[in-house]
Amino acid sequence: MKRDLLLFIGFSLLVLLAPQLFSGGYLMNVLVFVGINTMLSIALNLLLGYAGQISLGHAGFFGLGAYLSGILTTTYALDPWFAMPLAAAVVGGMAFLIGFPILKLKGHYLAMATLGLGIIIYIVFNETVELTGGPSGLSGIPNLKIAGITFDSDVKNYYLIWTATLLVMIFSLNLAGSRVGRALRAVHDSEVAARVLGVNSRILKVQIFALSAVISSLAGSLYAHTMTFISPASFGFNFSIELLTMVVIGGLGSIYGSFLGAALLTLLPEFLRGANDYDIIIYGGLLMVMVMYMPGGLVRGIPSLYRYLVKSKKGEPGHA
Amino acid sequence: MQFDQLLQYTLSGLSTGAIYALIGIGFSIIYNATGIINFAQGEFVMLGGLLTLSSLELLKLPLWAAIPCSVAFSTVIGILFERLAIRPLKQPTPINLVIITIGGSILIRGLAMLVWGKDTHAIPPFSGDTPIPVGGATILPQHLWILAITLIIIIINKIYFYHTISGKAMRACAYNRRAAGLVGIDVRRMVLFSFIISSAMGAVAGIIVAPLTMTAYDVGVMLGLKGFCAAIIGGMSSGISTVIGGLILGVLESLGAGLISSGYKDAIAFIILLLILFIRPQGLFGKADSERV
Repeated sequence: MKRDLLLFIGFSLLVLLAPQLFSGGYLMNVLVFVGINTMLSIALNLLLGYAGQISLGHAGFFGLGAYLSGILTTTYALDPWFAMPLAAAVVGGMAFLIGFPILKLKGHYLAMATLGLGIIIYIVFNETVELTGGPSGLSGIPNLKIAGITFDSDVKNYYLIWTATLLVMIFSLNLAGSRVGRALRAVHDSEVAARVLGVNSRILKVQIFALSAVISSLAGSLYAHTMTFISPASFGFNFSIELLTMVVIGGLGSIYGSFLGAALLTLLPEFLRGANDYDIIIYGGLLMVMVMYMPGGLVRGIPSLYRYLVKSKKGEPGHA
Repeated sequence: MQFDQLLQYTLSGLSTGAIYALIGIGFSIIYNATGIINFAQGEFVMLGGLLTLSSLELLKLPLWAAIPCSVAFSTVIGILFERLAIRPLKQPTPINLVIITIGGSILIRGLAMLVWGKDTHAIPPFSGDTPIPVGGATILPQHLWILAITLIIIIINKIYFYHTISGKAMRACAYNRRAAGLVGIDVRRMVLFSFIISSAMGAVAGIIVAPLTMTAYDVGVMLGLKGFCAAIIGGMSSGISTVIGGLILGVLESLGAGLISSGYKDAIAFIILLLILFIRPQGLFGKADSERV
């Protein structure tokens, strides 16, 4: 426990100091995205990595949070601080209701059903033009304000987003270590065994699905209020796949892994500027290679690779 | 609403439905032999269309030669996919299989974008485009080609599965893989066969639909998902129920687009998909089966 606390404090310090190290304005903007994507991949990881339930529709919940926040604050002139929890509550309620029928499905069927759900949400964003502005998007979303500070610059947004990200992280770390976290892992390993031991797996799966949707919705609201402009293109099927890639690359069932995956996949396209749209080839290749050769993700793969290399240097046979 | 218009929507719906049926059968064949939902199924549809285009334009082949050429090449890619991605997988859990087939699908799509670019390409219709009047509506010769080729493929499929040794062996794998292995069936070879058959069928579907709808590197996503929807309606059968599922989906979609709104056309398939999965996961015609829930 003490080690976990130290790790978290160290990580928070790093986050706090990062703007001093990278003072460039553009990089700050990229780091804001790393924060948002970290929240989203933690949300998906709680569902996929801990409870073992796949979702290919999480971009939809992210988008719903962004659009609800955007519409409430522009068309209905609500205060952003009031719109965000309202959006999260609506999205959470929706996910809770749809969770009962959808989480009865398993494996491939669950994947297809959540995928369908995500695409339906995406189509609604595009088609309800009066409400969402359709494919051309929704602009003029207000920035968040607190005690006279308006979050309108990259550095201010950095601190805003990363405060939220750290809160999501500590919440999820605690959840993972709690009774609920253990019950989730039991459901993951064997749902039948978990039920025999008195875990109400049906309710538990629905609850974690709703929680995951709520975190995604909050990330969406924060995205809307920092970007001030949103369009359906950010919330399509491809983004759901990108989130899945982040979680798998980082490591299923690891909160810090989600950060690693999100950071890698957000920074990678910046280094591959010349590669343009071809980054999807890299996503596809990475997904396949990771599942085949490093199914535990980077958080487990790098240490075991290191141990393997050190051992083989000493001439001992390495144990995988 | 005139009868003519309804007839028109139904006729064009039937031919799109036939395409969904072919893709859906491809899903079912792999699912039945392996328990895998191949998320890359739609990419073979895309490959069929685009490879035909290249055979026509680069190799200057006539259409009758370009089609088998492109089917053969797509099938080779299907074999490579099974050998390089599916077979070496150490932990073939459903989630890992979903992820690896999604990864494969993105990779194939990305490579296609690299080869053919992002433009939409047209393929000439097989026999002209003079509309044929049917009742008060018209259909294109290509629609007839689609229906005829689909029918032929379904008949070949039926003969293969019921009257050949390897077809019967594949059905045995679908019932019970372990038992099939015990009676001496090489299950891994049957898995490879299932990938061969379904990538070839996907490619054919992509070729015959391309003259109607044009083709591009990213057409596989939607076509693949709708084919899956057809297979779900048909209860993942590789026979007639999936064909009916495809036709129902095609007609509903076409009527929905014509009568309600074309923007929501794609949503119709997914709403049907969710409803079927929630209410009758065994398919419209299937008996209750707890396997999938």
